[in-house]
Amino acid sequence: MWGIYMSKITCECGHVNPEGTVLCEACGKPFEANQHLNNNKPEQLLNMRYDGSARRSQTYQRTFIDKTWNFFSSVKIGVSIIIVIVVASALGTIFPQEMYLPPGSDPSTHYKDQYGILGQIYYQLGFHNLYSSWWYLLLLAMLGISIVIASIDRFVPLYKTLKKQKPKRHPNFMKKQRIFGETDSGNIDYKKLKANLKSKRYNLYEEDGNILAEKNRFSRWGPYVNHIGLIIVLLGAMLRFVPAMYMDEFLWVREGETKQIVGTDGIYYMKNKDFILETYDMEDEGNSQFRESLQKQSAPVPENYQTNAVIYKRTDLPVVPGKEPELKKVKEAEARVNHPIPLENGISLYQASYQLNEFSSMTFKLHDKGDEDSNYGEFTVDLIEPKDEYKLDNGTVVRLERYFPEFELDDGEPKQVSKFPRNPAFIFEVDAPGEETEVSFAGIGVNIDASGNNDYKLGLTNFETRDVTGLTVKKDYTLPIIAVGAAIFMIGVIQGMYWNHRRIWIQPKGAGVWVAGHTNKNWFALKKDIDRTLEGTGIAFPVDQQEEKDAEERRKDDGIISD
Amino acid sequence: MSEKTVKKKKKRLIFRSTLLVIMLSLVVFAVASAFQEDGVSVEEGEKAPNFALKKFGTDETVELEDYRGKGVMINFWATYCEPCKDEMPYMEELYPKYKKKGVEILAINLDTTDIVVEQFMREYQLTFPILQDKDGQVMNLYNIGPIPSTLFIGPDGKIEETVIGPLTLSKLEGHLQDITPSS
Repeated sequence: MWGIYMSKITCECGHVNPEGTVLCEACGKPFEANQHLNNNKPEQLLNMRYDGSARRSQTYQRTFIDKTWNFFSSVKIGVSIIIVIVVASALGTIFPQEMYLPPGSDPSTHYKDQYGILGQIYYQLGFHNLYSSWWYLLLLAMLGISIVIASIDRFVPLYKTLKKQKPKRHPNFMKKQRIFGETDSGNIDYKKLKANLKSKRYNLYEEDGNILAEKNRFSRWGPYVNHIGLIIVLLGAMLRFVPAMYMDEFLWVREGETKQIVGTDGIYYMKNKDFILETYDMEDEGNSQFRESLQKQSAPVPENYQTNAVIYKRTDLPVVPGKEPELKKVKEAEARVNHPIPLENGISLYQASYQLNEFSSMTFKLHDKGDEDSNYGEFTVDLIEPKDEYKLDNGTVVRLERYFPEFELDDGEPKQVSKFPRNPAFIFEVDAPGEETEVSFAGIGVNIDASGNNDYKLGLTNFETRDVTGLTVKKDYTLPIIAVGAAIFMIGVIQGMYWNHRRIWIQPKGAGVWVAGHTNKNWFALKKDIDRTLEGTGIAFPVDQQEEKDAEERRKDDGIISD
Repeated sequence: MSEKTVKKKKKRLIFRSTLLVIMLSLVVFAVASAFQEDGVSVEEGEKAPNFALKKFGTDETVELEDYRGKGVMINFWATYCEPCKDEMPYMEELYPKYKKKGVEILAINLDTTDIVVEQFMREYQLTFPILQDKDGQVMNLYNIGPIPSTLFIGPDGKIEETVIGPLTLSKLEGHLQDITPSS
C-alpha cells in the first residue's frame, strides 16, 4: 500500500512521487489525499491536466520567496493581470494621450476644457500618459513575471512526469480515462496491434506485456516555447529604454532652414531644400487604373511626400550646445515615406508629417486710400527677417514699427501668440517726402487706418509661402530582438496547435485486454487512430465515457422537458 | 526530513530567489527609465550644462563657463509669452544692483525673428544681455517646457533653484541674493 513518508508519496507501484502529486508519475494511480488539487471527484473521469504532476505552488507556502513565487505561479492571478491590462489599455484610448495634444496646449487645462468633467477625471487619474506611466509598466512587468514563473512551475513537473511515466498503469487510472474499453476474451493479435500502432507513427513502450503507445509529446511544450517568445518580445520592448538601442525623436524643418538633428548629440544638421507633396494626376495615362476611384474623391489624393534634404556634419568638436556650428556637407538625400535617409549609427530620418503654405514673404503696394489703382511703389517683407525700413522709388520711407508673426486681437490690442509667421501683421509708418507721417496696421484681411485720416493705404498685392517638413529621427536596434521573439512565439503556437499529444494504453487482463486513451486536444482524431489500430486485432473498440455521460444527461433533460 | 530533501529545497529556494531578483531588477530598470524620460534631466544641485550663445545684436558669443565664480540667472523667454513681459521690468530693475555684486542675468530668447526682439527690447528698455537660441538647442538641453522658466546658478556652477512661471519682484530678489557670491 502507499503511504506518505517525509511528505513524499510512495506509490504501491514502488515509485516515489514528490509532495503534491495527484496521479502517480509512473503508474498514474490517483492519490486520494490529493484529488482535490485537480478537482477530481469519485465516480468521475480523471482531470488529466499537467498529467496530475505535482505543481509545487499548490503545496508549498514557507518562506516569503515561496509565497511570492506561488502568487505569480497562479493562472488566476495571471488572467487577472491580463484583464486589468486590457481594461486599462482600453481606457487609455478614450481621450487622446498627452503626446498627441496640439503643440503648446497645457494638459492640466486641456482635458477639462475639451472633455469636461470626464476629461478632468481622466487627467487626474493619469490616463493622459497611460502607456508610459509607472503603474502600467508595473502591470506589464507583473505579467512578464507571471508568465515566467507559471511556465516554469508547470513545465518542469509535466516534463518530469511524462519522462517517468511507465507503460503499466494503475487500474483506477485506466478506468477513469475518457476513452476506455474492456475486452473479456478472444484471440488477440498483439503483433498486428503493434504493427498498426507503428504504422500510425506511435512510439511503443512495453512493460510486462503492457503497452504505451505515444506520439507528438513535443506538442505539449508548445505553450512554453510560446511563452519564451513572449518574454523575448517583452525584453526587446524593455530595451527601448536604453538610448543606445532605441531613439524616436521628431524634427520640424522649414524650407530653406538648416537645423540640428535631434538625437545626434549635435553632430548632424540638415537643410530642408524642398518639401514636395505630389497628388495623383487623373489625366496621366500611367494612373488610368486609378481613374475611377480618384473620381470618387472630392480632394486630390497624395501620391508622394518627399523632403529634399542636405545633410551636414559638424566639424567643430567638442559640441558646445547653442554655438554656431561649422558644417561640412555629407550628402544630399531624399526622404520619402518608407524610404528614410540613413545617417550614422543606425539613425535614420523618416518622412512623417508636414505643414503646407506657411507665409514666407508678403508684398505691399502703397496707394491712395480711395484709389486702388494708384501705385507709389511696392516692397516685399521677408517674414523671417524683416527689415527696419523699406525705401520706395518715389523717396517714401516705410518703417516697420512693429511686427507680429502670428497675431491675435486681444481687447482691440494686437497680441503676438507665436514665433511662426502663420498670421502676420504689421504696424507701418509711412513717411512720404514733405508729408506727415501716417501709421497703419496691416495684416491678412485687416487694414486699419490708425488715425482715421490717412491719405495712403498699404495694400497686400502678393505673398509667398513655404512648407514645413516633419521628420522622425529614429534608431531601433530592438526590432530584430522583437522579431526573433515573435518567430519563437509563432513556432510555439504551431507546435501546440498542429500536433496533438496522443497516448494509448493497452493492458492485458487475464484472457482479455483493457484499452485507454488520452489526448490534450482533438479527441476525434485519437478515436480514429484507435479504431484503425484495433481493426482486425480482436480487441473491442473502447467507448468515449465523456460522450456517453453527456448523452445520458441529455436524455434525462429531454425527459424533464417532455414531462 | 532526509538530507536529500533538505538539499533539494535549499536548491529550489536559491533558484527562486535568483530568478525573482533578476526579474525584479529588470522591472526596477524599466520603471526607472520610464521616469527619467519624463523628468527634467537638469536637476537642482547638479552642475549646469555649458552652452555658448550669441549675444543679441552683436557678434559676441557668451559661454556659461565664463561666469564661473559669479552667480548666474538664466531666464528663458519669448516676445509672444505674456507672463514673460511681466517679469522683465523686475529683472531690469534689479540688474544693475546685482551686477555689481557679481550676479549676471542671461535672458535666453527663443524667438526666430530679430526685429521682433529688437522692438521688444526697445519697448522695455532692457539693458541686461539677451542671448539668442533660435534653434532652441539650449532650451532642449535644459529640458525647458513652459516659459518663462528661470534657473539660478550659484558661483560654483551648480543649479540652486529652478522656477517655472513668472517671478514677483520680491521672489526674484530673494533668489538673486541666494546666488550672490560671498566676497
